[in-house]
Amino acid sequence: MACSSAAVCLVLVPAGVPGAVVATTLECPGGLIGVTRAMTSVSSVGAVTARRLHVDQPLQTVAGGLLPAYDLVYETYGTPNADRSNAVLVCHALNASHHVAGWYVEDPRNVGWWDNMIGPGKPLDTDRFFVVCMNNPGSCFGSTGPASIDPRSGRPWGSSFPLMTVTDWVEAQARLADALGIEAFAAVMGGSLGAMQALQWAIARPDRVKSAVLVAGTARLTAQNIAFNEVARRAIVTDPDFHGGDYYAHGVKPKRGLRLARMLGHITYLSDDAMMEKFGRASRSEQFSYHFDVDFEVESYLRYQSDKFAEYFDANTYLLITRALDYFDPARLHGGDLSAACAAAKARFLVASFTSDWRFSPERSREVVKALIDNRLDVSYAEIDAPHGHDAFLLDDWRYHAVVRAFFETVAREQGIDGQDRAPFDLPGTPLVPGSAAGFAA
Amino acid sequence: MNGGGLGPRIGRADFDAIADWVKPGATVLDLGCGDGTLLRHLRETRAVRGYGIEIEDDKVIACLKNGVNVIQGDLDRGLAGFDSGSFDAVILSLTLQAVRQTEDLVLEMLRVGREGIVTFPNFGYWRHRLQVLAGRMPVSGELPYSWYDTPNVHLCTIQDFDDFCARHSIRVLERLVFCEGRRVDWLSNLRGSLAVYRFERTAT
Repeated sequence: MACSSAAVCLVLVPAGVPGAVVATTLECPGGLIGVTRAMTSVSSVGAVTARRLHVDQPLQTVAGGLLPAYDLVYETYGTPNADRSNAVLVCHALNASHHVAGWYVEDPRNVGWWDNMIGPGKPLDTDRFFVVCMNNPGSCFGSTGPASIDPRSGRPWGSSFPLMTVTDWVEAQARLADALGIEAFAAVMGGSLGAMQALQWAIARPDRVKSAVLVAGTARLTAQNIAFNEVARRAIVTDPDFHGGDYYAHGVKPKRGLRLARMLGHITYLSDDAMMEKFGRASRSEQFSYHFDVDFEVESYLRYQSDKFAEYFDANTYLLITRALDYFDPARLHGGDLSAACAAAKARFLVASFTSDWRFSPERSREVVKALIDNRLDVSYAEIDAPHGHDAFLLDDWRYHAVVRAFFETVAREQGIDGQDRAPFDLPGTPLVPGSAAGFAA
Repeated sequence: MNGGGLGPRIGRADFDAIADWVKPGATVLDLGCGDGTLLRHLRETRAVRGYGIEIEDDKVIACLKNGVNVIQGDLDRGLAGFDSGSFDAVILSLTLQAVRQTEDLVLEMLRVGREGIVTFPNFGYWRHRLQVLAGRMPVSGELPYSWYDTPNVHLCTIQDFDDFCARHSIRVLERLVFCEGRRVDWLSNLRGSLAVYRFERTAT
């Protein structure tokens, strides 16, 4: 489905929601894609290749599940130094993948979801740092997930795929770090759910994280947030095409449910003002049609977004990742005391939030900051006065980017990372053949 | 809106005084920390564990470049995020005159910190008095703003601040007054342009 109007196309470019930014832009007809590419290519990491690492060591999950063996798909940008102390791990959020920066030779329009943040001379400068991003297991962009074949049955895992938690993802990321010979990351960074992973790294593996960047994150979802996730999941599981999670065998996908889940999520990632600014009450024709089909641009936009999303995203992954969000609560093991939960952390922290983000509000970030200060950890907190809601973490904002840039300058200075010491090595795993990174996408 | 470490840091007289007062390794909160110069000075000279609070974006960025911990926030919303008695010292350097809720903030300083340290430009300085006598709002090194663009809303004299402390059961532990970087020991409310106080809450 193409964009319904040029106006809608315009709003699609910045309207990135985790993971869908690029794909969102791509199918819009018109010249905007060219503009986007021209802007990013100035200091882009350029063409990149994803790699697949097969791990034979079983992954025992927090929930008691077991992945006997699994694939991890990842990308790297920049050049490692001799002791790989310039490595930075970037963790992705709900809808995103390992494709953080650059583009693919076979698909040059597929620009990474945080390309404005990561690249030569960008806030996370790949001239200095060796950046690693991995598709988390349970996702649907190439790493083992519910749509993958369970070798024991020869059929897709489906409903039998083990539930993953943030803790499990950190474990899987640590195994990738092992394979890459990275003892400790100069930084672990993420936005939204990615920020949860960065926090978990700092708490669970303090000796392997020198610094952590938590953008638009929280240490636990609020009841309202869990409620949104529950509505999204109910939309999926009540879709007649869901088949208890084993829809692959039926040759269908619960697209209706996925579309609703995506619509709901998308609304919550934007602020009321941002939506009004983008769409207002613009309608598709001068006269109201007085029917229940699309009359307002915002409806057209949501339908377009959700249709696309339902094509490439896996419903079981949506269930799994929203559940991982719900369950994340490091304070729970400490009687609800987040300060106690953070006691083991050693990293230098940067926490950033956006004033208009009502899904992961500044208040949630301030709770994290307080817990870190209680432990006398090095922490800085930036509260960016941005109008875009939760999505702001993916957008260009000079203050936000200057804050991240300044933090990484300090990280580089303190850890003696100057970009001069370059010791490239053969990355483990095998390059993905063109097109296969699309994972579940039909 | 306030909280941006305002005005130039005249010399380093107040910095040195503060550094002398802060114990090595102490935990320090610097309200309106500007670009983090004072905290960096305290870290380098006294090995303090410090955090600054600053509202302005460019100063938050400057702190980050300085490698100083900074929390972006508005001092007029108080220090609600900080536990009582959680810091050895809470500093308000050349920011007192620019906050709106001055009374609340000074009391908050003494809730969160065991000691408070305040520096402010002395409105009673003779040059300021002369300018007022001449019919104009004073403009000086410590008060570099014109009346129409000043962020300063609560200017006071040394005498005023002494009275304030007495009225709020605040015990002044030490007071230093400077003019152009030199100590002023007599007629300080007239001859001093910069006052530096160390105080604590009177035991109740």
